[in-house]
Amino acid sequence: MSFVLKKRMTVGDVINCTLLTLFSLVCIFPFLYIVSISFTDASVYVPFEFNLIPKKWSLDAYKYILSTDSFIRAFQNTVFITVVGTILNLLFTFTMAYGLTKTALPGRNLILYMVVFTFVFSAGLVPNYILVQSLGLLNSPWALIWPNLTNAWSLIVVKSFMDSLPKELEEAAKIDGSNDIGVFIRIIIPLSKPCIAAFTLFFAVMHWNQYFQALIYLTDHTKWTLQVLVAALVINSGTDAVAGESANVEGNLPSEMVRMASIVVAMVPILIVYPFLQKYFAKGVMLGSVKG
Amino acid sequence: MRKPSVHQIHFQRKSLWKRMKEYRYIYLLILPGFFFFLLFKYGPMWGLIMAFQNYSPYRGILGSEWVGFDNFVHLFTNPYFYTMLRNTLVINLMLLIFYFPIPIVLALMLNEVRHEIFKRFNQSIVYLPHFFSWVVVVSLTFFVLSVDVGLINKILNDWGLKPISFLTNPNYFWGIITLQNIWKDAGWGTIIFLAAIAGIDPERYEAAVIDGASRLRQIWHITLPAIRPVIIILLILRLGNFADVGFEQILLMMNPLVTNVAEIFDTYAYNHGILRGRISVGVTVGMFKGVVGLILILAANYTVRKLGHEGLF
Repeated sequence: MSFVLKKRMTVGDVINCTLLTLFSLVCIFPFLYIVSISFTDASVYVPFEFNLIPKKWSLDAYKYILSTDSFIRAFQNTVFITVVGTILNLLFTFTMAYGLTKTALPGRNLILYMVVFTFVFSAGLVPNYILVQSLGLLNSPWALIWPNLTNAWSLIVVKSFMDSLPKELEEAAKIDGSNDIGVFIRIIIPLSKPCIAAFTLFFAVMHWNQYFQALIYLTDHTKWTLQVLVAALVINSGTDAVAGESANVEGNLPSEMVRMASIVVAMVPILIVYPFLQKYFAKGVMLGSVKG
Repeated sequence: MRKPSVHQIHFQRKSLWKRMKEYRYIYLLILPGFFFFLLFKYGPMWGLIMAFQNYSPYRGILGSEWVGFDNFVHLFTNPYFYTMLRNTLVINLMLLIFYFPIPIVLALMLNEVRHEIFKRFNQSIVYLPHFFSWVVVVSLTFFVLSVDVGLINKILNDWGLKPISFLTNPNYFWGIITLQNIWKDAGWGTIIFLAAIAGIDPERYEAAVIDGASRLRQIWHITLPAIRPVIIILLILRLGNFADVGFEQILLMMNPLVTNVAEIFDTYAYNHGILRGRISVGVTVGMFKGVVGLILILAANYTVRKLGHEGLF
């Protein structure tokens, strides 16, 4: 007798699938709502009316925000921080993690303790602010890059990934006369490709979504990132910096549409990499549950 | 066996200097990260001494007046401290009661779905909000709940009902914070449980089917016990993070009308320490939160280990 009997949908199955569908609708609805309105033509726009497919399409809201200096600047600033920050994150994390895989390294445990301690204790936001200030980084994009070069969690996860790599190749390369840096570049990096892919996404999303540090370190409006600008536009729309901006919304373009389009722009890169995120991050969660 | 003499040990092991020299390139690889930790993670800890000073930016850390534990005494005698403590505990407690069980239930429900495409599609949708920033999540909340542009108030208006000021009424604040967390992370939270469920031996279900167990009984007697260790570990770790509340979320959701239910230690440190320049006050609050958090997470880790699981560190 086979256990894979073809079973009918039971009442329980129907209730289960209905509830799951409802939950996913709740998850996706606010997102679809603002996306569809942001693409609606102002002439057919009725506040609050929701049509999944706009009655008349228009890119006016996007054309408008992409024509404002503040938006273009914020976009450029965010891209710069995300790209440069992610590259440096990978460099600092993978080199240090590889070093920490060497169990016989004198001083290794001390360094490992030093790293893990920062995972459970941090000095708090004011001392961090004072440090960034005294390094003269306020209002510089580097204020969001230098203090975030790597972190304990990423190091531990990457290190445990490298621990699981076969040691034979390393030894063979050593016999061929490579030093440790040569081994790292020619053996370890190629073997770590899936891990690098996952962490590229992880770091990029972290930088792209960063809000709080950008808010406190970048007070000059020209240095703002997209998240800070969107928060100012949508959430604290009374802010002086934005009042001037939304006042000159041209013609009859409703300000809600402009604000919704700005949210969509802040989400677009996430949506583009989402298929990869889902693939690699699920693995990352598993890796993260492996002890260092 | 004869104990080797000190001399022999010295002879057998290479000298420390020689071993360090062998690893010189490894040190070179570690060095950038090491300096990063020293400067950006341990550097600010030096700043904690400002909690014991009446810090003045003009005099610097070395020249500022020492006040001992005065800042902490002021903090603990300030009635507002207990407001912050209450908000921190209540928000965490609400997340524990209303958020924590949801990923478990969702994972069990997803696991029961036999239609593979429906399951995948559903997962793709419920994972998505996890990757949105808090700015995006709070912005979406505005377009759903606010009085002037919120969808729900528009519907209430259509039905002839009075608008509800969800975002400025303190009574709704904790509930909305909880709902936002559920919306953003409950779907993503299923992954770890689904992985635990995937590790269950299918033969156990087959045996249960032969015994005539219904699917609900299978969930109760096989699936739930199998994921219990994961549930316990996540529960203890959540308790270990009780000093922490999502800072960006609260900061974005805060407005003058809900300050009393929204203020947490981090927002206080930000408002007073950075915006109003009362550096020592900000450092003191941050240090209090950091030390309590450290004790809680160490206790949580100890408990997880005592229960026979691998600890976090």
